[in-house]
Amino acid sequence: MKTPVRVKTLTIDGQEVGAREDQTILEVARENGIEIPTLCWLAGLSPVGACRLCLVEVRGVARLLPACVTRVEEGMEVTAHSERLAAYRRSILELLFAERNHVCSVCVSNGHCDLQAIAMKLDMTHVHFPYQYPRLPVDASHERFVIDHNRCILCTRCVRVCDEIEGAHTWDVIARGVECRVITDLNQPWGSSESCTGCGKCVQVCPTGALSEKGRSVAEMSKRRQFLPYLTLMREGRR
Amino acid sequence: MSGKIRLATVWLDGCSGCHMSVLDTDERLIELAQKMTVVWGPYVDHKEFPPDVDVTLVEGAVSSQEDLHKIRMVRERTRTLVSLGDCAVTGNVPAMRNPFGVDAVLQRAYLENATLDAQIPRETIPMLEARVRPVHEVVQVDVYVPGCPPSAELIYSVLSALVEGKEASPRARFG
Repeated sequence: MKTPVRVKTLTIDGQEVGAREDQTILEVARENGIEIPTLCWLAGLSPVGACRLCLVEVRGVARLLPACVTRVEEGMEVTAHSERLAAYRRSILELLFAERNHVCSVCVSNGHCDLQAIAMKLDMTHVHFPYQYPRLPVDASHERFVIDHNRCILCTRCVRVCDEIEGAHTWDVIARGVECRVITDLNQPWGSSESCTGCGKCVQVCPTGALSEKGRSVAEMSKRRQFLPYLTLMREGRR
Repeated sequence: MSGKIRLATVWLDGCSGCHMSVLDTDERLIELAQKMTVVWGPYVDHKEFPPDVDVTLVEGAVSSQEDLHKIRMVRERTRTLVSLGDCAVTGNVPAMRNPFGVDAVLQRAYLENATLDAQIPRETIPMLEARVRPVHEVVQVDVYVPGCPPSAELIYSVLSALVEGKEASPRARFG
């Protein structure tokens, strides 16, 4: 017998909304037309709360909570938009830009980049932090794809799509802090990976120009993500 | 003067594309010229940066000792300083040398790639700074205009606000 769906009621930015008890604040907000910015979240992949752009205020909770991994609760009073949140979100973006070498004008993803688009949407005028200019590698050893660590924001979409959808788990994350990087197999050149099936799903879900197809020049790398919700839908209940 | 603002433009480490994009405002320049006088910059032949400038558009990042000297002087003499384009706002392409360091860059450009009389110039041209920096890391900036280059439409919207003494808050993406 099916268990009945429990409904929770809460408010987001003063608007009363109803939700299933298993939903996150982000899902409910989007269902109700309340836009909360995200970078690491992607429909069809499990949420991880990595980018922190979706931080929201919840009344009675001192710290900010990531909307993508926070379940709704009865009577919750959520603030998704405030001056404080806008300032934090801009700072997070600026730190992402300062941390690596994001040179939009010469990037394969110029004009098709989630990071670039969100920076404009959230009114980031410039980066207040000193740029770090780390010296990072570009791995073009794969036959068809390239990873440019200069553009990576460590959202782990590639890691999750490879593990959860393709089932190969070629990608993973190594080290911590500023040393943190995505790797293929046992931290070896992508082209020598034995687990990579060459499906390219990682490239398509990457929000920036970190993962791209070979042969794409500046601004030529637009991503195709339509496959993801479809694949997830077809697999539902079969996990 | 007849209520015209005094405008200067400065070209630091950039490709001149932002200056070109200003010219791409085409016939709207005639309208803007009724409200502003260009007192210094690559468009005009004035030798000394004058005092008492209302608006200065800065193209390019701060790369050399000359850039550093120039932008500090410009800041002192300017009321509203505008970072025009990605090089001024973010460092952009000129800053791509930063991960390698200035020595490696000079070595590559003047020694490894030279075919005749290879030497690193030490006189008559300005010394490079150790790091290329966006303008706001050196002096206070009042308006940020992103883009590589910023579109003529964006530049026009900024200039037409500034010549009226209004605030400009341009919205566009980097790149």
